[in-house]
Amino acid sequence: MRNLTFAALVSIISMFSTLAFAAGSSLQLDKVDIDLNDKASLQRGAHTFMNYCLSCHGASLMRYNRMAKDLGLTDEQVAENLMFTTDKIGETMQIAMRPEDAKKWFGVAPPDLSVIARARGTDWLYTYLRTFYLDDSRPMGTNNLAFKDVGMPHVLWEQQGYQSIDEHGHLSVTQEGALTPRQYDTMTRDLVNFLAYISEPSKLQRLALGKWVLLYLAIFFVIALALKKAYWKDVH
Amino acid sequence: MSMMDWIDARFPATKMWKEHLSEYYAPKNFNFWYFFGSLALLILVLQIVTGIFLTMNYKPDAKLAFASVEYIMRDVEWGWLIRYLHSTGASAFFVVIYLHMFRGLIYGSFKQPRELVWIFGMLLYVVLMAEAFMGYLLPWGQMSYWGAQVIISLFGALPVIGEDLALWIRGDYVVADATLNRFFAMHVIALPIVLLGLVVAHIIALHEVGSNNPDGVEIKKTKDKNGKPLDGIPFHPYYTVKDLVGVVVFLFIFSLVLFYLPEFGGWFLEKDNFIPADPLKTPEHIVPLWYFTPFYAILRAVPDKLFGVIAMGLAIVMLFLLPWLDRSKTRSVRYRGPYFRTALVVFVISFLALGYLGTQPATSLYTLLAQIFTVLYFAFFILMPIYTKFDKDKPVPERVTTK
Repeated sequence: MRNLTFAALVSIISMFSTLAFAAGSSLQLDKVDIDLNDKASLQRGAHTFMNYCLSCHGASLMRYNRMAKDLGLTDEQVAENLMFTTDKIGETMQIAMRPEDAKKWFGVAPPDLSVIARARGTDWLYTYLRTFYLDDSRPMGTNNLAFKDVGMPHVLWEQQGYQSIDEHGHLSVTQEGALTPRQYDTMTRDLVNFLAYISEPSKLQRLALGKWVLLYLAIFFVIALALKKAYWKDVH
Repeated sequence: MSMMDWIDARFPATKMWKEHLSEYYAPKNFNFWYFFGSLALLILVLQIVTGIFLTMNYKPDAKLAFASVEYIMRDVEWGWLIRYLHSTGASAFFVVIYLHMFRGLIYGSFKQPRELVWIFGMLLYVVLMAEAFMGYLLPWGQMSYWGAQVIISLFGALPVIGEDLALWIRGDYVVADATLNRFFAMHVIALPIVLLGLVVAHIIALHEVGSNNPDGVEIKKTKDKNGKPLDGIPFHPYYTVKDLVGVVVFLFIFSLVLFYLPEFGGWFLEKDNFIPADPLKTPEHIVPLWYFTPFYAILRAVPDKLFGVIAMGLAIVMLFLLPWLDRSKTRSVRYRGPYFRTALVVFVISFLALGYLGTQPATSLYTLLAQIFTVLYFAFFILMPIYTKFDKDKPVPERVTTK
């Protein structure tokens, strides 16, 4: 019977683990190593986000003052340096562009980025931001390896420069930008870190609380087991 | 005690306490498999309590639903915890219920005189599936939306009334605001009431006939001079303290998932469900919730849609019929013969395999495998009257055994 118990548990566990596969395209995604505890990185990411993303994309579920608190900034710092679309610190990160206009200009309304990191995954975002390349057949002049025929232009071209694609599908910078490839990788990593943060602002809180709950349960287990043994002494 | 006397003269508080706890005699040889009934009750309470708090901030409106869930995750104090408790609780509920049902299957807990315990339990299972399905629409993500679209369209396969029935369920020609509103009503009030009623019936029926045990021995047959079963111990305090240990272990595993893996690799919270529902854009893969996948695999294994739906329904009906399909007098797998044991192993493998196949794209190989396992799934039930009748069961002991 113990074997049967064991077999059932093993099959259930293995069912979960084999199921945990990632669906998606065949493109090999670049791994990004983000760190939600790295406040400097998150602040740099916020800076990039406010300057380059938050004119077409909103993050309409994320509040400025929540970001200030979590990123170790004062409300004044955020209001002066990072708030361009509103003057109320309690507001969410909305944009002025109307979806119907956006659709006319880009073919599709740019998605809200509040939870994009949870929908796409951080590796995908990192790869996407770094694989724009020149393509004359596209209306914006660029295409993307992670998102074929994407409507979005290469917004960060001033930093990365422009890449061209060779016959093997490899990308190389053919028009230099203001940053070296390594600096650009850092910039996009910080941006992805920030996107991961806004997709679940309570994540650090969750991870921090988890330890204490598990510790409490571990201690409680010892007590509960002792209690059970004490009561069951006379059962034979 | 005069206070208690006063109450007892007006309400049978002490009588009920004795009948269901302090003088409810449960067999003393319960093992690992007997934790899951009380755990299911714990999760039911957890889901109702967290559900109440979610309802305070959730908006059942197609324009607001998605954002209101994220509002709970961000702006509501401890909202993220309440939401993850509820979403993890839903999957945990099915893990526990499947293990609980498996226990009934291996120890013959569905057999005479516990047929109604089993039937009430099966009804609970079916209502729980409806509850989970309707709750899953509420976050109004892409997978919520398209999952509901696919499942409701299955009703459209029924002859004559099908399309009208699907329309009636949706309240619109596609899944829309009207669907969200009615699913919300069903999820937060109608089905929970049915669930609670069935739980009461399940427990009353159980306490009427008494609990089965891993030996399948009827403990009421051997009583002491006071009329108490010799192999029975009062549920309280013995099993309340034992179940407390089970609860702590369960909560530990539950918390591991809740705090460190709340998406569970996309199986508890899907990636696509972080994209708001879009009626114009079908996701690449529409995968049902993991706890429905065995039945989804059966549905897809049958080439014809109508017969697929019928097969899926029959797969559940078969479980209801279990008490009458099994012709053996022996309850527990410990004393059952090789035919039943073999059939049981084949059944478990088929069910798990179908569960896996239900998550995969229907390639020709996978469809063939799903067809084979579907046949095996049904063979377990349909051939049961034959192989259980001729099985070579071992002698069952008079009293329960303990190691």
